[in-house]
Amino acid sequence: MTHFEADIGSLRERLLTMASHATTAVRNAMKALTERDDDMSRQVEQDDNDLDNFEKEIDEVAVLLLLRAPLARDLRLIMVATKISHDLERVGDEATAIARRARELNREPQLKPYIDLPRMAVMVLEMLTTAIEAFVSSDADKARSVIPRDKEVDQLNKQLHRELTSFIAENPANITRCLNLMAISKRLERIGDHAKNIAEEVVYFSEAKDIRHTQKPDDASGAPAAP
Amino acid sequence: MAEILPSRLTVESPPSAGDRESGTTVPLIETEKLSLFYGRAQALKEISLGIRERVVTAFIGPSGCGKSTFLRCFNRMNDLIDNVRVSGHCRIGGEDILGSDVDVIELRKRVGMVFQRSNPFPKSIFENIAYGLRLHGARDRKAMAETVERSLRGAALWDEVKDRLDESALGLSGGQQQRLCIARAIAIRPEILLMDEPASALDPIATMKIEELILDLKKEFTIVIVTHNMQQATRISDYTAFFYLGELIEYDSTHRIFTNPQKKQTEDYVTGRFG
Amino acid sequence: MTRRFAKTRFDATAAIFTGATAASTLLILGILATILLYLFWRGGSQISWQFVTGGTETDMFDPSKAGILPMIIGTAARVLLMTLFVIPIGVTTAVYLTEYARTTAPLTRFIRGAVNNLAGVPSIVFGLFGVGFFISFLGGSIDGLTGTSEPRWGKPALLWASMTLAVMTLPVVIVATEEALKAIAPGLREASLALGATKLETIWKIVVPNALPGILTGAILAISRAAGEVAPILFTGAAYFLKDTPKALNDQFMDLAYHVYVLSTQSPNVDLTRPILFGTVVVLLALTFSLNLVAVLVRAKIRRQMRAAH
Repeated sequence: MTHFEADIGSLRERLLTMASHATTAVRNAMKALTERDDDMSRQVEQDDNDLDNFEKEIDEVAVLLLLRAPLARDLRLIMVATKISHDLERVGDEATAIARRARELNREPQLKPYIDLPRMAVMVLEMLTTAIEAFVSSDADKARSVIPRDKEVDQLNKQLHRELTSFIAENPANITRCLNLMAISKRLERIGDHAKNIAEEVVYFSEAKDIRHTQKPDDASGAPAAP
Repeated sequence: MAEILPSRLTVESPPSAGDRESGTTVPLIETEKLSLFYGRAQALKEISLGIRERVVTAFIGPSGCGKSTFLRCFNRMNDLIDNVRVSGHCRIGGEDILGSDVDVIELRKRVGMVFQRSNPFPKSIFENIAYGLRLHGARDRKAMAETVERSLRGAALWDEVKDRLDESALGLSGGQQQRLCIARAIAIRPEILLMDEPASALDPIATMKIEELILDLKKEFTIVIVTHNMQQATRISDYTAFFYLGELIEYDSTHRIFTNPQKKQTEDYVTGRFG
Repeated sequence: MTRRFAKTRFDATAAIFTGATAASTLLILGILATILLYLFWRGGSQISWQFVTGGTETDMFDPSKAGILPMIIGTAARVLLMTLFVIPIGVTTAVYLTEYARTTAPLTRFIRGAVNNLAGVPSIVFGLFGVGFFISFLGGSIDGLTGTSEPRWGKPALLWASMTLAVMTLPVVIVATEEALKAIAPGLREASLALGATKLETIWKIVVPNALPGILTGAILAISRAAGEVAPILFTGAAYFLKDTPKALNDQFMDLAYHVYVLSTQSPNVDLTRPILFGTVVVLLALTFSLNLVAVLVRAKIRRQMRAAH
């Protein structure tokens, strides 16, 4: 193995570690919500620094690798690595936001049993892990399978919004809690978007095909524009 | 996005022999099952490809892969080597150039060449360019002076040498010498310019000047360049052909060859993982 | 502070080798200087205007009356004529061998072998060859064709002596030219051919002009070798005594080198004529040097033109 290959390998490794940190952050944030655990919430906020540092570090390694003028697969990997790390850093931000909202919710009694939000969390976490697995095995088909699932998450988010809106209409005292829950739902939906972005990057990495913004307009109704 | 990218980035698949029928992109140079033997050793194996007019086409591949030999088929420079045998077809503008009835002098007038090591004649700068003009019948000193100036300007060398045209070309720097060789080649108005690693012996600044020049020259000339420097190929060429062991492995737009080659050998070569 | 890089070693081998090479160079210079000084000491007094411009009308064995102008002219003429023959033939041969002949072909090897053997042939053999081929065969044939009763060409002559010398010095010129042609960067030939020049145009306008310094080196070596040779001209053109300088190519001529031989073997009084002998040698050396000097200067000028101007 050449030194270059070793460095490329270490870039991939860092990215995978970062991904595991990001998914853990989401999981912990949801735990803070469902188990009403404020300590866990603070933990998530603290851990976000690690993700920020990972992003910086990956960019640094990427620049050093780009100095050697890589081509073809290597070039795509480095380009994609910086984008994925950016998405993962944003996932961390979403997790932090969820954790903060959880803390606010924990100050009041639970409005209703949490069923849909954990379901959404499971969905977006699955999307994230599948996208990362697709990256590891450079499996474009697997990555593609993530993309349609983003719509299911969007649907769930919309459904939750309607439900929570009716709660507000019933009793204005629910407003704060409902708004917080809506915000969490929105954050989870954003995590789904990031997972979808990562999946698209993985397709570019393994097939050199840019599939971003290629959905038909009517399909894309619920999907916010990718960054 | 389209307007900020140079047009060459948006060019897609290269012309092939089949394109001739479609009429849209008639290749200027076209080979069909071109094989070349040194004695018994086969140096080129049935190479078929088409090179489009007024674009830069780069030949890459490890040493000894036949890219230079292939380039030298286009102006029959391989004729100079004993025991060389060629089979198949090589057409320029539709006309086969491999036959023994081909006027090689006329061919080389239409297909100029620049070599790896700059090789100016040990004559004055003016005489270096006038040499080719005289070979092809120029006698009028005034017209010749105009052509010399035009060629030197074309090779981005005029401003550096206009006050010392009568000085020896050997007093120029390596990069200037190479640009003089380019000026000498374009002075006789060829259609095609073959370049065999023209910048491999130059420092980065001289290399950059040559590369800028090549991008300017492609407006008027069809350029085929052999290079070992893959970054150079990405910077200047529209199409890239990868050769290995005398075979054409892959031929595609430069963009594709260097971001997403289709053949494993190409991928291994451009990423530096060649066994 | 203690110095870490102070030089302490004395390399005896290097010192001895340097000394030895310097000594052998000095030895050569010493020998040359001794020869030249000795010749000038013995012959310098003989050199006078009368000696170098006078003829042989009076007495060529009398130091006070002898003149050697005819010999000077004879030697200069035969060397220059020889150069005229040997350069074109030698250069053409070398061009054929390097530019046209296939290096591995049997004919090429045979020609190369022949050239090398020619260089090893003793000069007296060239003299005999000159008599047999040039005088008897060529000259005899011309006389036979023109039908003269008296031999006009079938006798020793300036032309035949020069041609004999040319044959003798041919290998020198061929080898020197070949080396010069081989030293030309292949890139220059390619550049010319790629511009659409024919092979002949390339050779004539690029290859040979660039080989000129090397060709002139060949000429210098040929002149140096030929000027002092006596054996090849002994039977082919040099005369013991003539009243006149040569006027035509088929005239015989007096020659400085041959004159030295005459003075040292045929003189009625060797001791008396010794100053003439040494004077003649000095003049012969001066003539050879000046002929060489001309070639060296021409070569230097060409080299300067070929390199960066100013």
